[in-house]
Amino acid sequence: MLVSRYGKTCVVVVTMSTSSGFCWSFETIKLLHIMPEIVYPQDKGDPVVVNLGNPYIAALLAWLVPGAGHFYQRRFAKGLLFMVCVLATYFVGLGLGHGRVVYASTRPNDFRWQYPFFQLHTGLVALPAIVQAYKTKDGDDPYWVLCDRFPGDYSNESLRFQRITDDNRPATMPKETLKDGFMAPPPGQVDLDNTDALGRWHFDYKHFFELGTLYTMVAGVLNLLAVYDAFCGPAILTPEQRERMESKKAK
Amino acid sequence: MNEILFALAGTYPNIYYAAPLIIVISLVYGATRHENLAEIIEHAVRSLVWVLCFLGTILAVVWLSGFFN
Repeated sequence: MLVSRYGKTCVVVVTMSTSSGFCWSFETIKLLHIMPEIVYPQDKGDPVVVNLGNPYIAALLAWLVPGAGHFYQRRFAKGLLFMVCVLATYFVGLGLGHGRVVYASTRPNDFRWQYPFFQLHTGLVALPAIVQAYKTKDGDDPYWVLCDRFPGDYSNESLRFQRITDDNRPATMPKETLKDGFMAPPPGQVDLDNTDALGRWHFDYKHFFELGTLYTMVAGVLNLLAVYDAFCGPAILTPEQRERMESKKAK
Repeated sequence: MNEILFALAGTYPNIYYAAPLIIVISLVYGATRHENLAEIIEHAVRSLVWVLCFLGTILAVVWLSGFFN
């Protein structure tokens, strides 16, 4: 492995293995606080040069806004690709779930593990769920109310997803309603044995609730890959690595 | 086989929702392995074919298992 420095820029030439190359770049970042530039030798043509800038800033930006870390590193094509892929997947998922599939909750019977482990990593676009969880934790109404709901088996299904005001409120309807919020936890108690808002969501949106959850989870995982790429650079195989892999296959 | 695929798609139209996911996953995975756009797309196409073959194999196994009921 060859390591050389030019002023404030460190050039790490990866000739042995990707992992050891990354170790070097991590060490140089930690010890010297410099801006690493990784050079990947190619079989043909010029080597691929990737300037990571400050990888910590790039990783933070990439986490906050998919693709932003790459824009900061002036890797515009990849940044745009990550941005389009991750955000499109996220918003399609959110749309499939009618704005309800991304929410944060640790309440009894409703620990939404999909949010902290997956959806949250889409960055800023997933953060309103935390605001909503904080707003509704003591039973308050959420911001951005999507519709009113009411406990029990109220028969008029056509009103279930409409905003109910004093003008169109049927006399038989209870005055107090539960309010679905955009990216807010299901209103009211989550009761495993009786009808609750979460059960209504599953009933009303059917498989789209699960599909929306899956899409938004995948978006989060894809953005983690983008963060990795912004921090460490692409995992390009060097000619030596490719040779070694091919010889292993041949054996 | 085509009839099976059409029947499957007709009975379970949700199968179409897998297509965009496979495409974006292939693209993003390819982007973590290359820097040039042409190479990313080439890698993504290879990944796409691999995933489709993998899923097709599972489909074939499930389909064949139906004969042993």
